[in-house]
Amino acid sequence: MRKQFTSTLYDIMTVDKNTCLLLGDIGVFGFKKCFEEFPNRTYNIGILEQSMVGLAAGLSKANLIPIVHTIAPFIVERALEQIKIDFGYQKLNGNFVSIGNSYDYSGLGCTHHCPGDILLLSSIPGIQLISPGNGKEFDYLFKQTYNNNSPTYFRLSEYEHNLDLDINFGKANIIKKGSKALVICYGNMLDQVYKVVEDLDVTLLYYSTILPFDSDTLKKHFNDNIIICEPFYEGSTNYLINHSLKGMSYKLSNIGIPREFILNYGKKSQIDKLLELDINSIKDKIIKLI
Amino acid sequence: MNDIIKKIVNIATLKKEGHIPSSLSILDIIYVLYNKILDIDSIKENRIDRDRFILSKGHASLGLYVVLDHFKLLENDLDTFCDFDSELGGHPTDKIKNIESSTGSLGHGLPMAIGLALAYKIQNFKNKIYTLIGDGEANEGTIWESALLASHHNLNNLYCVIDFNHSTDRALKLGDLKNKFKAFEWDVIEIDGHNQKEIYKALTSTSDKPICVIANTIKGKGISIMENNPEWHHKFPSEEEFNQILNSL
Repeated sequence: MRKQFTSTLYDIMTVDKNTCLLLGDIGVFGFKKCFEEFPNRTYNIGILEQSMVGLAAGLSKANLIPIVHTIAPFIVERALEQIKIDFGYQKLNGNFVSIGNSYDYSGLGCTHHCPGDILLLSSIPGIQLISPGNGKEFDYLFKQTYNNNSPTYFRLSEYEHNLDLDINFGKANIIKKGSKALVICYGNMLDQVYKVVEDLDVTLLYYSTILPFDSDTLKKHFNDNIIICEPFYEGSTNYLINHSLKGMSYKLSNIGIPREFILNYGKKSQIDKLLELDINSIKDKIIKLI
Repeated sequence: MNDIIKKIVNIATLKKEGHIPSSLSILDIIYVLYNKILDIDSIKENRIDRDRFILSKGHASLGLYVVLDHFKLLENDLDTFCDFDSELGGHPTDKIKNIESSTGSLGHGLPMAIGLALAYKIQNFKNKIYTLIGDGEANEGTIWESALLASHHNLNNLYCVIDFNHSTDRALKLGDLKNKFKAFEWDVIEIDGHNQKEIYKALTSTSDKPICVIANTIKGKGISIMENNPEWHHKFPSEEEFNQILNSL
């Protein structure tokens, strides 16, 4: 996704002269062409995320379109108030593209983990949250939304799913239909979840857009046994489901990252196993739930 | 100025809201800004390249509202200050016509002003960006991050006025603010923040660097019982005190 991000940005910055790229001293080499060809719209701002987001708000107030990029915890958690007030409260247009979602940087430890991004950012009224499952989806969703007068967060990962889907901003995809449960899956976790449920009698909905949440598709394919598969803190999207299904009766189960510090290192796949988020563990959990 | 001060005290006393001493601390500065510095036509026309002023220390909103009202730039009724359905709150919002930014949480205005100044450079706009921060606000890390950014990007279209009333001294002293900003490669002008001639001169000076105006001010200026008395930060006069203040003005 990171590679696609640099390519998408180059395309957009070529055609839209109002776009400005702000990097938190991350991914600088990847944007070499942007630095060379758009030197007055491409900045390596430095390692000062709060001011970078505030600065982006100033650009937005002058009708430029900021795209802010750094590692997930530094933009989401360190600059949360700036995203909330400068962009959310003031209803400004701007784009925040993170890399290294949840525990992608497993070897770097807790300071570089960010499984709480969706939970935190979803508390900001009016924000758009996008969790593309692969580079193609990012390209499509970014081009659809980068200038739609809202703050938008793109959650990029080093890991992708391989399904080739026709996705649309704000719309869930119906991957398969079944009767025993409704499985909801976000972003790149579709890779594991699809393999798990392929032969099970369940409906699988895939959300590449988290906010605005597609309630209509959820209601249309309602099942009173709902299983949410989240590549972020478990329960991060429960409010969205409950709000969409107000007054209806159902059982809600979560398969996601537990709310605890992950103190191990190693490879992401090892952490997946530790947290029981590897394919076999997900399969065991879903089979027990249906 | 006394009429403006009376209006601030009157509204705050009536509504039991607003920060009187903070408003009076910056009053001369924002009066000069709207009277003589800002390109008012560009503001009235809401041009994208208009002069912009961001009150970063948003708790002095009442002072800003009263000055805007004085120069007929406020469409709202001052008497609705902090009413349930009023737009005029204890901190300003950009939903109010002629107010640039929603502020309140400290340390947000200067980074936004820097973004605007950079945007004006990118788009070759000639107008200027002004912001006013408090000395307590200068405790925030974003002020110093932004100080680095402004000089690095040569934002000589930016003026940052610091309301240096020493309100922060009881918590965290700023020390030699002048040399600190100089070390961050700003041009620094130190003035009496209640001398309108000095304010005008500082805000019309030009440089190849961003300009920091250290305005030495008195919190509660003009009302002797409030001057430099932290007890009054968010306090409202009794009837007796109110009459005493009006008589003194």
